[in-house]
Amino acid sequence: MSPPAYDEMRTGEGVIRPHYRAFADWLHRTPPDRIAQKREEAERLFHRVGITFAVYGEQAGTERLIPFDVVPRIIPAHEWQRLEAGLVQRVQALNLFLRDIYHEQAILRAGIIPAECVLGNSQYRREMVGVDVPGGIYAHVAGIDVVRDERGEYCVLEDNLRVPSGVSYMLENRKMTMRLFPELFATQSIRPIQHYPDVLLENLHAVAPAGRERPTVAVMTPGAFNSAHFEHAFLAQQMGVELVEGQDLFVQNDTVYMRTTRGPQRVHVLYRRVDDDFLDPLAFRPDSMLGVPGLFAAYRAGRVTLANAIGTGVADDKSIYPYVPDMIRFYLTEEPLLANVPTLVLSRPDDCAEALAHLSELVVKEVHGAGGYGMLIGPAATLAEREDFRRRITAAPERYVAQPTLALSTCPTFAATGLASRHIDLRPYVLCGRDVGLVPGGLTRVALPEGSLVVNSSQGGGTKDTWVLAPDEPC
Amino acid sequence: MLSRHANELYWMARHIERAENTARLLDVTYRTSLLPYEVGEPGLAWAAPWSVPLITLGLASTYYERYPVLTAENALRFMILDPSNTSSIYTCLGAARESARTVRGAITSEMYEDLNSAWIEMRTCDYERIQARGVSDFLDWVKMRSHLFRGVTFGTMLRDEAYHFIRLGTHMERADNTARILDTKYHILLPSVADVGGAVDYYQWASLLQSLSGFEAYRKIYSDVISPRRIAELLILRDDMPRSLHSCMNFIHETLQLLCDAQSREIERQAGAMHARIHYGRTDDIMDFGLHEYLIDFLEHISRLGAEVSKAFLVPV
Repeated sequence: MSPPAYDEMRTGEGVIRPHYRAFADWLHRTPPDRIAQKREEAERLFHRVGITFAVYGEQAGTERLIPFDVVPRIIPAHEWQRLEAGLVQRVQALNLFLRDIYHEQAILRAGIIPAECVLGNSQYRREMVGVDVPGGIYAHVAGIDVVRDERGEYCVLEDNLRVPSGVSYMLENRKMTMRLFPELFATQSIRPIQHYPDVLLENLHAVAPAGRERPTVAVMTPGAFNSAHFEHAFLAQQMGVELVEGQDLFVQNDTVYMRTTRGPQRVHVLYRRVDDDFLDPLAFRPDSMLGVPGLFAAYRAGRVTLANAIGTGVADDKSIYPYVPDMIRFYLTEEPLLANVPTLVLSRPDDCAEALAHLSELVVKEVHGAGGYGMLIGPAATLAEREDFRRRITAAPERYVAQPTLALSTCPTFAATGLASRHIDLRPYVLCGRDVGLVPGGLTRVALPEGSLVVNSSQGGGTKDTWVLAPDEPC
Repeated sequence: MLSRHANELYWMARHIERAENTARLLDVTYRTSLLPYEVGEPGLAWAAPWSVPLITLGLASTYYERYPVLTAENALRFMILDPSNTSSIYTCLGAARESARTVRGAITSEMYEDLNSAWIEMRTCDYERIQARGVSDFLDWVKMRSHLFRGVTFGTMLRDEAYHFIRLGTHMERADNTARILDTKYHILLPSVADVGGAVDYYQWASLLQSLSGFEAYRKIYSDVISPRRIAELLILRDDMPRSLHSCMNFIHETLQLLCDAQSREIERQAGAMHARIHYGRTDDIMDFGLHEYLIDFLEHISRLGAEVSKAFLVPV
């Protein structure tokens, strides 16, 4: 089949890579029962802290723990530097793209991206045309999913520019590993990430409506039954701002207020974790119970900033993804530092024919799908599943893209039978506001079933802490 | 702070306090039920006291909708584990934990973790397990979890508005519950008039005192036999008894002084008037008025105050 995956810890010859030496020593030195004890401790702590997520489609109120694996994913300094530069470049271009398509549409006129791809996209929000947002920033928080191919090259699998989640796991995982392995933190310099909420808050302050010395920021959540509610509450607490729901807000004279025990208080910036469609029943879905009537009008009037902006979904759509490298060249006149995964766009007849001829080797994804739902992993699928997808693709090719089945890199992970190789990805969070940057780290997701390539938590994925080593480390 | 958050915190505190007081009420009933107690049918002797918590909490009709006969087991199931009973310990801890989860940003992580672990343990309880470990032991556990949570709150939380709403909720609920528990004695019938002041009467008052953690204080203060008059004084008028109505009204009035602004002064005035009535009250007047009548009147006032608090701060229209 495909060539063997790149292993994070060992070379093809089985030699421990330099940046994993300290951890490998620890593993070797530590008796198995002590490691087992640490793993139990982690499990117990996560339950007590209540870092759970709700699973849709199961009994109401079902809460599950995302499995946490104690073996960290370690990234050496030189790899991180390249990754960081590539991510900053990519998100800069995506923000310029969003500003452009809601204003001059230069990239469409230059013919770089077919206009119907953007203007005919269901995620393109006509309501946003001509609306100026502070600093021209649309994606204040971008979660970019990165994987490594069999040569160890980092490439971008997916951009998440709407309401990317998971950052609370990044922070809680670090808290956990510092508690479990203090000696490893003492003996090597692992770069800290716990200032993420401060950086986020600073950026949110920077994009407040003009003339605000001390703007009021709030985190907006769909409510306690949302799968990511823990994270919303966590971020609000870490930033020291209110966690509001739609019912806590009202709009008067294009100004947004929250209902407090001391009467109405104005809100300047909403870090909203509610989808566009549900934000304002007057502007979008009229049946939304989560939104605030009049919020969009206040936003258009520049009286409140929404982060992320409305209408970012068009830029992380899988049908736009293949054009991101061209965006970087167009807006920044630079070569992309991070590659895309080669992608067949099935609305193109040639690509479609090629995909149908190689279904058993490809991963087919729905253009608007997310969360690991609605995809076909060719090599793992049964003949019946592949034939089912063949019919669906033929019926509506524009709804699909296809990519080679990547041998995602592997990392040692505790399985029922002991330490074993499991596939991982990485989601770093790029923050934009005063400037564009990221804390050194991200959320590493791991596919726990043997051989599985699906890392989504809704599909049995787990998480790991991600250690970025400081440049002064010998490796 | 957000009104909705204040509302959740206030009810979180009320539900924890209610769980504790339900445990106290069941504890006094359990102790009473172990006393010799003659009624017409000997077989029902052990069941009769179990009507008392149902009557005092106003749950008798709900109970009989669910269970045909009054037995100790049914009453315990209903008051501890029944999710359809809004005062059961299970419901109270679940509601408190759900409130905390909704507003976990407004409380400290230690508080949330403490409450969450109590809930995780509560969920594993069923009737057989409670019986196996002992009813009293389980009820003690509920009280200890409540003490623990109050301690964590006291020891970790910023003295901000959120803290004041939690404190307000605790004492509103406690005032209500102390009055109800005190009133239980009114509903426990003595076998005959001749038994007033007799041994059974004495033990009933003693177990009531114990359920409000007042037995030792009573001995210390009065070092004398137990009399209803002194119990009323201890649990209504003494402000150095932490569960007394006077003590609760001190906290409530003090907290409302901090929370009220120009628009909500009327609530503070009402609380002040209630406070003054207890502060300057006399035991003789209470006994002349009738202890039961006095407690019923107090319960009406505290419930009216609760409604006003809700309207002004928690669910503004």
